[in-house]
Amino acid sequence: MGNDDTLLLQAQGLDRQLGPRWLWRDLALQLQPGDRLALVAPSGAGKTLLLRSLALLDPLQQGELFLRGRTPAAWGLPVWRSRLIYLAQRPVLFPGTVRDNLQAVFQLAVHQQRHWQPETLAGWLESLGRDETFLDLDAERLSGGEAQLLNLLRALQLDPDILLLDEPTASLDPASTAAVEDLLAGWLEAGDRACVITSHDGEQLRRFGNRRLELAV
Amino acid sequence: MTPITSGALTISDGRLALATLLILVNVGLSALLRLGLGRTLLIASTRMVVQLLLVGSVLEWLFRQDNAPAILLLALVMAVIAGISAVQRTRRRFAGIYRNSLVSVIGSSALVTGLAIVAIIQPEPWFTPQYLIPLLGMVLGNTLNGISLGLDRLMEGLLSRREQVEAWLALGGSRWEACNSVVRDAIRIAMIPTINSMMVMGLVSLPGMMTGQILEGAAPAAAVRYQIVILFMISAATALGVFGVVLLGYRSLTSQDHQLRLDRLSSLRERP
Repeated sequence: MGNDDTLLLQAQGLDRQLGPRWLWRDLALQLQPGDRLALVAPSGAGKTLLLRSLALLDPLQQGELFLRGRTPAAWGLPVWRSRLIYLAQRPVLFPGTVRDNLQAVFQLAVHQQRHWQPETLAGWLESLGRDETFLDLDAERLSGGEAQLLNLLRALQLDPDILLLDEPTASLDPASTAAVEDLLAGWLEAGDRACVITSHDGEQLRRFGNRRLELAV
Repeated sequence: MTPITSGALTISDGRLALATLLILVNVGLSALLRLGLGRTLLIASTRMVVQLLLVGSVLEWLFRQDNAPAILLLALVMAVIAGISAVQRTRRRFAGIYRNSLVSVIGSSALVTGLAIVAIIQPEPWFTPQYLIPLLGMVLGNTLNGISLGLDRLMEGLLSRREQVEAWLALGGSRWEACNSVVRDAIRIAMIPTINSMMVMGLVSLPGMMTGQILEGAAPAAAVRYQIVILFMISAATALGVFGVVLLGYRSLTSQDHQLRLDRLSSLRERP
């Protein structure tokens, strides 16, 4: 297999061993624009580890990754991770308000050419049933669900190609979950974008996903 | 054994033995409160006495030498011991931790002690052991504390702030952008004891070197000048050593692929 640059993401020959146990061997994965890949596996099968591997937060034990046909080394790792953003299950919030959190990421060298976009953000907030007072809340006092919304908005504003969503709505009520799914669906349609999602809610995976990848135990 | 020169009263063997009885205060308290420190106290005080008596003889011999390579070799051995001890006081290990510590200790102490000897104190010849060895020893003793504190804070800081560091990495941060707050905190905290000790110097503490010179009959005003020089040497060497060891540690615990590699960190079981 070559490196096909019509694919957003191509992974091949991935192996991962945890202690004596193989989590996966020779795993292949491809993402096309519009893909919403539901990652299905029992707890402990390595869903989080697979997402972290794709973001290269952990070294790859074996295998190759290509984003739009180019290797991580060719992109440079910070650029790779800015185009393929991993959202941890437990959001990490920085000190300050929600607005501070959203703006902080623009300090990173890799995002220098991007800018804070209040209008886009206002639209997203509205679709999530929030208004701009949300921006003034103290990030460290947000509820678990609000923290997940902030985490998602912080990534979306960076305009990635791919979102790796690790239980993105685990702390949200059904109405907010539906709003997040709609927001993500709209975002995916607005460009050459894709996402991978894990959830403990099988119904959500069937509803939101349009492809499935099952990890064996 | 008679000292080379001495302006102070000589302490006879009998009176020295009398001083060792003071350790009974510690042993008694430990027994009274069941601190379980009796054995450790005895080992520590025996080691202290034996090491110092040995060093006394070695120094007497050494001060009669005027052989630069031998003196520099001794200086190197002292720095190596300091570098190893600094690591042994920390609770975790990673591959390269000893190398990092040795590079930082040897580099910082050589640079600072060298500058102080050549430019400030100017003994003839420059390697006169009576100056070089005690000054280096004081610099090393303090740098060692700073290095072990800095290493410890770096390792604990990366562990406790792992999620935050990885959040920055996941958002496209470089390893430096993700780790610099932990690195800077570790360096800052490791320098605080040196700064604090300068603050109260002379008010709360009369430094050992100055006390020694005064006992030897030196004019207090002259002893104070040495003390000022040595304190600046200590703070510069500590700063350089801490800076080196923390930055090298940061590089060891992250990768060129901008990953946090805490898997390289192993912890030791608690030791007494």
